[in-house]
Amino acid sequence: MVNKCHKFYGNEMRLLEFQAKELFREYGINLLPGVSCTNIEDGRERAKELGYPFVIKIQVPVGGRGKAGGIQSCKNEDEFELKFPQVMGLTIKGENARAILLEKMADIKKELYLSLFLNRSKRCYTVIASSEGGVEIESVKNQVIREVGLGDVPTNVAQEISVAIGLDGKTADDFVDILVKLSKLTIEKEAELAEINPLAIVSDGSLIALDGKFVTDDNSNFRHDELQKYQEKSDIEERAEKSGFSLVELDGDIAVVGNGAGLVMSTLDMLSDNGGKPACFLDVGGGATTESVYEALTLISRMGRVKRILVNLYGGIVKTTVVAEAFLKAYDDGVIDLPVFSRLKGTESEKAKAMLKDSRTKIYDSVEDAINAAVMGAKN
Amino acid sequence: MTDVFELLKGRPEDNDYGKKPVIIQGITGAYGSLHTRNMIQYGTNIVAGVTPGKGGQKFDDVIPIFNTVQEAVDATGAKISAMFVPAKFFLGAAKEALEAGVKLLVAIPEHVPVRDTMEVLNLARQKDAIVIGPNTPGIMIPELIKVGIMPPSPFKAGKIALLSKSGTLLYEIADALTSAGFGQIITIGIGGDPINGTRLIDAFDMVKDIPDMDGLVVVGEIGGDSEEILAQRIIDSGFKKPTVAYIAGRAAPKEKRMGHAGAIVMGNYGSAESKVSMFNKANIPVAKRPAEVPVLLAGKMVKSD
Repeated sequence: MVNKCHKFYGNEMRLLEFQAKELFREYGINLLPGVSCTNIEDGRERAKELGYPFVIKIQVPVGGRGKAGGIQSCKNEDEFELKFPQVMGLTIKGENARAILLEKMADIKKELYLSLFLNRSKRCYTVIASSEGGVEIESVKNQVIREVGLGDVPTNVAQEISVAIGLDGKTADDFVDILVKLSKLTIEKEAELAEINPLAIVSDGSLIALDGKFVTDDNSNFRHDELQKYQEKSDIEERAEKSGFSLVELDGDIAVVGNGAGLVMSTLDMLSDNGGKPACFLDVGGGATTESVYEALTLISRMGRVKRILVNLYGGIVKTTVVAEAFLKAYDDGVIDLPVFSRLKGTESEKAKAMLKDSRTKIYDSVEDAINAAVMGAKN
Repeated sequence: MTDVFELLKGRPEDNDYGKKPVIIQGITGAYGSLHTRNMIQYGTNIVAGVTPGKGGQKFDDVIPIFNTVQEAVDATGAKISAMFVPAKFFLGAAKEALEAGVKLLVAIPEHVPVRDTMEVLNLARQKDAIVIGPNTPGIMIPELIKVGIMPPSPFKAGKIALLSKSGTLLYEIADALTSAGFGQIITIGIGGDPINGTRLIDAFDMVKDIPDMDGLVVVGEIGGDSEEILAQRIIDSGFKKPTVAYIAGRAAPKEKRMGHAGAIVMGNYGSAESKVSMFNKANIPVAKRPAEVPVLLAGKMVKSD
């Protein structure tokens, strides 16, 4: 249904490769020399420091960069001048370049896979390792999966995993070292995922982290000031978060607002079943107040492309008159001039209907009626 | 496992049968005090509150406040606690409750770090305690006891067990059931987090053998695989009572978190299609809209007669 949405992870944050590598470096995980930049002028300076040849890698918070041409080698200045603007200008899965990483190249003998993630069904951290890395995790063969509790991975466990994927000598020693460090990093930052793919064996048998993926848990941010610099949010997302809302932008023309994630999803489903195209998913949280609904309308007014607003609030103990006040205020203040189709379940709904009688907000008794009216309205 | 009914209702020979004592952690906060009053109004026997530093005071001139859960438990014998503390205090408060002997911990806060939840659940397992949530609206036996933030109007005593990941959708579907004459014997909010103290499958195990239960309604949503696991358990256990499901999020885009931390589809994992097909395999119809739930349930009831 949806092709393009703004990035909004809600409760997690995915770091860019160079950011993940900053953390890897801090914890002593072996990397190639590399520098990041955000424009070509800066890039030229960085290129001189690093020295040719090197690769340039687009920094986007999604996978599939290689296939999309986002990783290119540069043997000299001419190639750099040609390729840098091309890579910088790419859009991958709807994401623009946040930065470019310039990184030296290695003589790779083999690519391994290594990750540590918070396993929700097992309720502990789990290591996945394989001697056949370099492809997406779904395609990684011969995975060794090991549950490791909630603490650091002990050296003997790391050694067992290393043996299980068939490593020996210097490579095995390096693997144990990297896994122990990666686990220390993951535990200390309370990450949901730390992935090195590929983890490359180079000519002398040592291991180097060629790529890095690191996903943190936003809910633990209050313990991690040091991760704040990696936060990236659009204005609308930031405002939504400040109000305690959850927002996902979609590509239709009917904004969907409600209280409670399940209820808004349900409304989105019914709207789609009726041929409507949602412009966004906006959950104002369990309660609903004049302020929260007013703020929701303000956010929607800034989205463009929205032609109708569908509101589904299950109040229970919320007075619907309180919500009606928000609509009236939003029209009065000129925040919105769009028609609103709403279903407000709660107390004083007759009074709320009377309040809105002459406004562009219509109140319906059932959500089905509100949806039908919104879809019909959008087609007119 | 500890019997949730015994905790919430007790046995007929108990002195406090049907009015089991409940304590409130975070009773003096805006949210905690609002819902404490609502619970009292519903008939829940709130016997004490806990707010560090406010021990010795009284909430609304009646309910004693203690500095620690241990003191509150010692003074009242309560085994149930409803927790209204901010997410960042969840870990400490939950551990304190479990260490003090609380056997049913209803954790309301949203945005609890996943690691904190895991730590608390490990402790709960050692203590043989039930944790509902975090990020749950709560648990209730309609018209008897409410431990949580649910508005009372949608619920009515009856014979349907209702389990839900979502809060407002729980109210919506309880409302639809009640309007159609299907009261509820128990309702359990699982919570929208990726890790739940009581998963759908645990909640099912809690309710499946209630003799007076006539049917089961499961309200799921996209993300994770708890609905699939539940459907498999229903198949394996030979559970035959009329069961209907509803899944929210069919129209949600992939790889986007839809409000709840747990509501995200990765590939086919967590998708509505996967859940619907597992429920169908278990011979459980899945409603397209909340209003369709009682209709399908009535259909199952006729067939099973």
